[in-house]
This record gives sequence, C-alpha cells and structure tokens, in this order.
Amino acid sequence: MAHQSELIEKDILAYLKSQEEKSLLRFITCGSVDDGKSTLIGRLLWDSKMVFEDQLAALEADSKKVGTQGGAIDYALLLDGLQAEREQGITIDVAYRYFSTDKRKFIVADTPGHEQYTRNMVTGASTAQVAVILIDARKGLLTQTRRHSYLVSLVGIRHIVLAINKMDLIDFDKQKFEAIRRDYEQFAAPLGFVSIAAIPISALGGDNIIEASANTPWYEGPTLMHYLETVQVEDDLRGKPFRLPVQWVNRPHLDFRGFCGTVAAGTIHPGDEVRVASSGRTSRVARIVTMNGDLPEATAGQAVTLTLTDEIDVSRGDLFSSFDSPPIHTRHLEAHLVWLHDEPLQPGRSYLIKTASALTPGRVTSLKHAVDVNTLEQKPASALGLNEIGVGLLELDRPAAFDPYRQSRDCGSFIVIDRFTNATVAAGMVITAAPEILQPQELVSMADEETAGGSDRAVRRINLGEYFISGDEGNLVDLSEERGEIEFDVTPAFLHTLARGDRVLFRLRDPGQLPPVAQLAYKHGLQCTFGRVGDRVNLVLFNASAITSPKDYSGDMGL
Amino acid sequence: MSNLTHLQQLEAESIHIIREVVAEFSNPVMLYSIGKDSAVMLHLARKAFYPAPPPFPLLHVDTTWKFREMIQFRDRMAAECGLDLIVHVNEEGVQQGVSPFTHGSALYTDVMKTEGLKQALDKYKFDAAFGGARRDEEKSRAKERIFSFRSAHHRWDPKSQRPELWNLYNTRIKPGESIRVFPLSNWTELDVWQYIHLENIPIVPLYYAAVRPVVERDGMLIMVDDERLELKQGEKVEYRSVRFRTLGCYPLTAAVESTADTLPQIIQEMLLTRTSERQGRLIDHDQAGSMEKKKQEGYF
Repeated sequence: MAHQSELIEKDILAYLKSQEEKSLLRFITCGSVDDGKSTLIGRLLWDSKMVFEDQLAALEADSKKVGTQGGAIDYALLLDGLQAEREQGITIDVAYRYFSTDKRKFIVADTPGHEQYTRNMVTGASTAQVAVILIDARKGLLTQTRRHSYLVSLVGIRHIVLAINKMDLIDFDKQKFEAIRRDYEQFAAPLGFVSIAAIPISALGGDNIIEASANTPWYEGPTLMHYLETVQVEDDLRGKPFRLPVQWVNRPHLDFRGFCGTVAAGTIHPGDEVRVASSGRTSRVARIVTMNGDLPEATAGQAVTLTLTDEIDVSRGDLFSSFDSPPIHTRHLEAHLVWLHDEPLQPGRSYLIKTASALTPGRVTSLKHAVDVNTLEQKPASALGLNEIGVGLLELDRPAAFDPYRQSRDCGSFIVIDRFTNATVAAGMVITAAPEILQPQELVSMADEETAGGSDRAVRRINLGEYFISGDEGNLVDLSEERGEIEFDVTPAFLHTLARGDRVLFRLRDPGQLPPVAQLAYKHGLQCTFGRVGDRVNLVLFNASAITSPKDYSGDMGL
Repeated sequence: MSNLTHLQQLEAESIHIIREVVAEFSNPVMLYSIGKDSAVMLHLARKAFYPAPPPFPLLHVDTTWKFREMIQFRDRMAAECGLDLIVHVNEEGVQQGVSPFTHGSALYTDVMKTEGLKQALDKYKFDAAFGGARRDEEKSRAKERIFSFRSAHHRWDPKSQRPELWNLYNTRIKPGESIRVFPLSNWTELDVWQYIHLENIPIVPLYYAAVRPVVERDGMLIMVDDERLELKQGEKVEYRSVRFRTLGCYPLTAAVESTADTLPQIIQEMLLTRTSERQGRLIDHDQAGSMEKKKQEGYF
C-alpha cells in the first residue's frame, strides 16, 4: 500500500493523525458480467494498492488457470468469492469490498446485473450513497440500465456515476459518449437524482479510473477515483428533526436507566425535550452517556445512551423524536414492497414487520399495483413473486412509528419476515400513512388502549384465520410477538386441520398466554404437549383420536 | 452521517449490531480468540453497554496450543472487564492425542477448533455467538452476512443466508438453530489497527517485536513457546527479534522478523509491507477455497 508512503516512512504519527479525519463512502456497482464490472472494481482495489503480494501470486496463478484475459492478469478474479461462482464465472450474491485512499474509506457493494437478482441489487443499494452504473459504450442504454437506475432511485440513492466503459473499443469517440450521456439524462429525468456524472472509462486499460486518460483529451470531468473521493453525499441528516429508535434499556442498578440506540436523524443535547412516539409523553434529555465521557451533543449516525429527567415508560421498540415534529404513528401504511423470496406474497396472511423501532405482526391487505422494472409501467397485481416490486397497503396489529422513506431511510424502511420459516421475504419503504378503514369494534378497542395506557390493555382477539399458517413445514400459530391478554376466534380451517389428524404448533411469548390456549383445547376437546424453549413456551395441540401426522415438532419442544 | 469519521461510523455500526443481538436473543456469547480483532470487539461491547458490563460471557475455545502469553492476557482482560469467561477444550481430541504435529493442520483445526466450538455452543445452548471475523480477511468472507444463519448442526449454507437490508437484521430462529454475528464485518485490518491506536486498546504483547526463540520450518518462523515443539533434523532454535501479525496456535502461526515494538511502528510496518495478513496462518493454504470449506463445516 503506497498511499502517502513517504509520510508513513518518515512520520507515522502525523500519518495516523491525518487518517483519523477520513470519511466513509458506501457505493454500489451495477452492471452485468459483460460490462466489465468486476474488472473495474478489481482495478480500483489494485490501483489503491490494496492487493498484497500473496494475493497477487494467487491472482497470477488463477489468471492462467481460469482467467478470461488469455493469461494476462484478470482483475475480476480478485472478487469472485465463492468457489461455485468462480467456476461458473458469474457472481450470484452481494459481495462487499473495501479500499481506501488518503481521503476516504470505501465500502463497495458488488452485485450482479441479471434480472433475477433484483433482490441482491436492492440489498446492496440499501446502504449505499452512490451508484456506479456501468454501460458498455458499444451497446449504449440497455433494458438492464433502466432497471438498475429505477432500483437505485427506489432505494433512495441520489448520486449516479454513469461509467461508460470499453471506450477503447469505440476509439474513445466523444460523439458516441455524448449521445449515451444525453440518452441517459433524458431517461433518468423522472427518477429524481440530484447528480449524474458521466465518465468515459476503460476498466481494462485503466483510462480515467485513477489518472486522467491521454485517450480522452476532450473530457474535462473528474476521473472515477477523483469523483468518489470528493462527491458530497451528506443529505444533512443533522438538520432534520431528531429521531432515535430505542434498541435497549440499560438498567445496571436502580439509579441508572439509560436508553440505548443509534441517532437516525437530527441532533440532540442535554436539556432538549424529547417525545415518545407510542405514548406521546415527553421528557428532557439529562445526559448523553458514553464510555469516553458524557457528550454535549449527539448527532445522526452516533450510537449513544440517553438518560431522561423524568421516569416515563419507554422500552425497546419505542422511538424518541423531537417534541415539535413527531413521526407518523399508525397501523396503516402505504409502502413500496420488493419481494425477495421464492414463495410469493399472500395478501391477508400474517407476517412479522420489522422496522427500525419495532417488530409487530401485520399483513398486506391489498396491492395497489405492481411495477414493471423494465418499463417502469404500473400494472394491476394480486400478488408479488420473487424480484417483483409493488405498492401495497399494510395493516399492522399495533401502531408503529415511521417517517416517509424519502425523508428518512432509517425510519422509513422495514423488512417482512415469514412467521413459519423465519425467512426475510420482502423489503419495504414507507410512502405515507394510509387512510384507516376502521371497523366499529376496532374503534372501540383502540380507544380503550389509548385510555387504559401501558399495562392493562384491552383483550386482543386473535383470529386464527389470520394467524394460522399451514404449509409444507407444518402448522403454526405464532403468538410470540403478542403482548397482553388474548382470546381466540376459531375458524373452520383451523379445526379441520386438527380433525384430519395434524398437529398445530403454538409459539407463545410467555406462560401468561397458556390460559387462552388451554381454553381453546378445552372447548374443542384437544390434547396438547408442552415444551419450554429458553424463556419462551411452545405448545403442540392435536386431536388424539384423529392423529395421523408423523410431524410431532419435538425439535420445537426443546427436545 | 455527516461529519462522522470513518472510524466513528464503523464504531457506531458495530455497537448497533451488538445491542441488537443482546435485545433479541436469549443466550448470546462472545467468542474471544484473544487476538487484536477480539480486543476491538470486546472494547466495542463495553462501549455498547456502558456503564453496565456487557451482559454476556466470553467463550474461548482453547486448543491447548495457544501461546502462553495469550492465555495470561485472556484471563487478565476477562477479570478487568468484569465478564464471565468460559474456556472450552475438546477433551475427546486431547484424549486422542490430536496435535498439529501428529495430525496435520487441517484435521487438527477441524477437531480442536471447529468441533470444540460446536461442542461448547451445544453444551451451553447459546443462540447467538459474536465473532471477530472481517469480510476483507479472505475472499470467501466477502459475501458473509453480518448475521450469519446456522442450522441446528451448525452448518453454514451460502444459499440459505438471509438478505440484509439497511440496518434491519432478521434475528428470528427456531429452537436449536443459531446465529453467528460479525460486528467487525466492515472493518479492514488498517481500521482495526487505527482504532486500537486511537482508543488505546490493550493487545497481547506478542504483536510487538521482542527477541524470541524461533525455528525456521517450511520457510516460516515458528516460535518455540514450550517444550512440546520437537525439533526436526537440522532445525535449531535461534533467538531473533520477531513479532506476530496474527495470533493462533503457536505451531501454526508464523512470526515475522521485525523491530517494531510500538503501536505506530506496527502500523507503519503493516502499511509498508505487501503481504496480506492471513498469510501467516498455515490453515488457509491447505487447499483452494479452503476457508469456504471450513465455514460450511462450522468453522468460524
């Protein structure tokens, strides 16, 4: 590694001091194998001297064995991680790469460009601030270019590098470069990017990667590296209203009660008034506690511990906000959904929704439309399959706090988890609170909740039609995220499953939920087995006279 | 995220990850390998829960071949941080006399490290285990998740890993399954050293150069840490100024000749050398894609 090698040799302390001020940029690269994406990243790693001698030896050997450059160094081989992929010659997942210059540390999310991998691209883009979109100069804008651009705009990336690659194959033709740039700017106009930097490059030859290329005297913009080192991506999270999702309540002894979390937006000082989203109660910040001493201020991105001047009820899942601009607090929202799993979305089915501040059961009540990622056209849809994107209306069992995603990536995002397989099945981005269509009894029970306050809430009715999940893996009713008293509404499908001899696994939050389940068994003449797993309780209900199913859930009983 | 330096951002991300695990799992543990990455991870855990101590024990899977100075350092750190320390040794392996000399590094590592780790996780029924691995260490780790899902048999299946979006981690598991969590995923070796420097984090003295007894074996310098290292024909013990860039089992960990005996000098040496860090570990060179194979079998 040769950055500032002179300073390193002569004055290491001064060098270390200078490194302390480095910033961090996360970016994603989008393009297909043919665009030379891996070659480009390999080149960035190579030229920032992050490739070491033993890696170089391995690279030279690999280049001769499986390289695609006729024995010359194949930079792409620096990247392909998993053996199966290396043999297939394509990358099939998100890989993260690291390199660093004197000004910045970079984290690169490297994702494949094929259509079936929308999932990977959205995953990689979710933490990125800049997208480098590769275009083969010979081919210009392709369907995949449009797809990549839509996806990165959806996920909130506002700065685009249009890396027009393989310029050597079109004789570094300025006119062709300009035509592609114009095409792109026209196409991308509705996507709301703040900046688009088109750079003519050759990843293979190194043109305009680090050094300005002699082959493009007509190009006056920055090299790719210069752009990455200097682009300003701060969307001024400091100036936004304060947000801190409470991750953990730290209570080592009676005299200390600290609320731990990462500041999602804004800035906070001791003395500032904060509001708890769920209760609307307010208090003031007493201290901002860290192991290196109390802080006079905490700002977006910092992981801190706050203490308050009043004893108010706050637990994991709550969201602190500034007093005067609270977040949306609702059970009903409209959101973009990106489906990430083979098993398609089933509207009406109960999933777990995990946000920055909470985990709550919820369901997609309806889909407004799906989006064709290739044409960006909206089309009606009744379900979403793997890699499909749509806008849906969600209903949560408990209200949660949100900001629209375009205002806050941290407070406007959520993931959707399958309650049976525990797979992450979708990514969600909140558009807005949806109008609530309340049933009369819901209005009553919500009013009860508001007045009754924290501990003795109204009894929640659990409709087994919504909670009962039946699939290849068995039958499940998951109550592990339910708080407070519950009662069941039984459905024919549930009883039918037991009558035909299947067992049904009940996952309980705690032993307090045993009475309603026991009541259920009593009323319908069922038997059950009991198992403790950690602090939680699992029960299996069955009809002993009908039992035929070999699946006995012994693994779920702590056996 | 404006105006935070790269180290401040990495620190905050790691603390967020550590807190999330403690909030969501019932029985987490921190795998403590005594090396510099473990030192940083432990430091971050202390920061995450200050003024309380981290609410989980440390677990060291002891192969019985660690450097003596590592063991002393381990015991001292656990006591200073107020943490419970669980030391687990694969007694079956010990009884069968498995050692790096008699069984080769691949089998030895499998029995004493991989099997030992699985035994310990099963014995104490840990549902989440923190590890100090970084994605930049080895190619197969570049695609590792921060929350890495393991089956009830501790297997890592690259195809069943969950997508990780934003900083929202899916922590749901079924009984018997577990999660390995890597809070340092996004750190590089240079980040780790700079952070140790900035935060004054104690590390095992073996990282600093000193005159130590070594033998040259297969082109590597192996330290004679105790009488169990038998000299082969033609080998002789020499006293040289050496240090270690990475720490593991002493017969498998090569020393580098060096005079760097302060932290800035170590960093200086690292920046000026051009040999990557894991090269000092013999186990990675066993076969192509070797780390990947070990991971699928349950090695960290």
